[in-house]
Amino acid sequence: MKKFNSLKGIPAYLPIVNIDTDMIIPKQFLKTIKRTGLGKNLFFEMRYDNQGKEIGDFVLNQNPYNNSKILITGKNFGCGSSREHAPWALLDFGITCVISSSYADIFFSNCFKNGILPIILEEEKIKELSEYANRKEEISVDLNEEKIVYGNNEIKFQVDPFKKKCLLEGLDDIALSLKKSDKIENFESSLKNKKPWIFND
Amino acid sequence: MSTTLYDKIWNDHLVDQQDDGTALLFVDRHLVHEVTSPQAFEGLRNTNRKVRRPNLTLAVADHNVPTTDRTKGIADEESKIQVDTLEANCKEFGIQLFGMNDKRQGIVHIIGPEQGFTQPGTVIVCGDSHTATHGAFGSLAFGIGTSEVEHVLATQTLVQKKAKNFRINVNGQLPLGVTSKDVILQIIGKIGTAGGTGSVIEYSGDLIRSLSVEQRMTICNMTIEGGARAGLIEPDEKIFNYLKGKPMSPKGDNWEKALDYWNTLKTDTDANFDQEINLKANEILPMITWGTSPQDVITIDGKVPNPQSENDEDKKNSIERSLKYMGLRPDMAAKDIKIDKVFIGSCTNGRIEDLREAAKILKNKKISSHVNAMVVPGSGLVKEQAEQEGLDKIFVESGFEWREPGCSMCLAMNADKLKPEERCASTSNRNFEGRQGRGGRTHLVSPGMAAAAAISGSLDDVRKYQN
Repeated sequence: MKKFNSLKGIPAYLPIVNIDTDMIIPKQFLKTIKRTGLGKNLFFEMRYDNQGKEIGDFVLNQNPYNNSKILITGKNFGCGSSREHAPWALLDFGITCVISSSYADIFFSNCFKNGILPIILEEEKIKELSEYANRKEEISVDLNEEKIVYGNNEIKFQVDPFKKKCLLEGLDDIALSLKKSDKIENFESSLKNKKPWIFND
Repeated sequence: MSTTLYDKIWNDHLVDQQDDGTALLFVDRHLVHEVTSPQAFEGLRNTNRKVRRPNLTLAVADHNVPTTDRTKGIADEESKIQVDTLEANCKEFGIQLFGMNDKRQGIVHIIGPEQGFTQPGTVIVCGDSHTATHGAFGSLAFGIGTSEVEHVLATQTLVQKKAKNFRINVNGQLPLGVTSKDVILQIIGKIGTAGGTGSVIEYSGDLIRSLSVEQRMTICNMTIEGGARAGLIEPDEKIFNYLKGKPMSPKGDNWEKALDYWNTLKTDTDANFDQEINLKANEILPMITWGTSPQDVITIDGKVPNPQSENDEDKKNSIERSLKYMGLRPDMAAKDIKIDKVFIGSCTNGRIEDLREAAKILKNKKISSHVNAMVVPGSGLVKEQAEQEGLDKIFVESGFEWREPGCSMCLAMNADKLKPEERCASTSNRNFEGRQGRGGRTHLVSPGMAAAAAISGSLDDVRKYQN
């Protein structure tokens, strides 16, 4: 996984609440067997018309937002399906940081597995930051310091310490869990005694 | 200390716990399907890792499979590659797979219970948000992403943080024609699509206990639409009787041992919940969704909302956006919403009792001439059972198409989809924009309500057709 440390750029603002993962990446693109290449289809139905032409009004079709690495959005972002294609599509487009007042649980944890930082802020602060998006001004995100700097202001945010460590160091959490193989083995042998039906053998 | 059912299952699966509360949880049962697994298997190959416990894993292709004649294979090249890839991966890693032509094939959340793979007190995961369904058996069941699928395959564990305890009590009796689908739609309408975020919901109360196993599955299934990853119900005799003799259920001595354990799976009477709400079953009416989020519910006697009467700016914009997408006028009556299609099926409502409920309404009736309707049984075994009971004939005689099992038009990954602006009464679980096909308009309803809508040609009250 790619490390996440800090980031600076003009954020894109998508002021819609309850954006579901079907909106982020519709089902026709889930037929892939790869993790890459989904960026061009990110927000497909909002981004392209029925003829496949870009819809000019849509924020990610406009300069400079078509190069945004930060997406500011409405609450409950990423609800619905568990598809990891949603963070893969964001990542492939170039977005590595999302800012919202809340996220759906599965989407939230999927982000961390892919080097994307989902930041939670109060609605009020989101409105403030969205002004920077509208004025096409840069903001910077610093994960280590857990802060966003915009103009002469800064906002602190909080991240789970373990998730933060994994992002900062780009850790593979399967490798980390495999280091606990002894514990898993012990658990399994005790399980065989306590609940022999689980293994069905 | 008093604990909830969720606490008990959690504590019983802790392999390791770090100081910051991050836990490694053992996974007893892992279900795999073709859409969210290819990249996970690829990851294993790239790192030379094996599947730790292939026999705790069960795979099936459901999202991409055609619901028409399967002897011709899959016409869509990408769908075919995905289904073939699952087959090849299962072979390579030694995982049991129900192939497309196996009569046990079906929607992953229908075949788990059907085979007895789903059991009380277990941790069950799948790369699919509707894994919550299995909570009906008193298991901790939740959807995961593909990276987590890979993690479970490699380690048989999952990195998790404990969620909050949320209890929803439903007491009393449901009026005639009102089903568990209406109960869960009512709940989602009440708590909102983010109401359960960060929580595990336990459903309790005498109404819940009175429900059949399959009706309970419908409620747990849509827990994710209320934002909670998992919903569960205390297992009881109904659950044990359902599981007894199923192919993968415990046998002989193990059955007795399992039963002893399953009987301990209860929330202590004085256990503490972070949040609790109460609903009266006798006040629940047949529900429909009018908008593009499962929380957009009204009763069949109700009216579509008017954005002008909403003060909250976010809500107002959201109503306006939904009305525009859905092609509806503010304040119009639910019963005036004319439909083009009806879909009966999905992991929410594709089981035998759902088909019986719809067939009961459709018997000796014809569907409206402008409506195109289909039934997609949840599994090959559901299909077989329905055919033995003659339900297929009732559906076909009324004008429905009788299809092969799969996810079908619930998410429209296969050929079954809505055209732009087509309107569908659907027994599925999501009415998101484009969910059933680009520009398609979905109204979520119970199987009986879907049948009533098919007959009337507009959304209609199932109670009109009750005998």
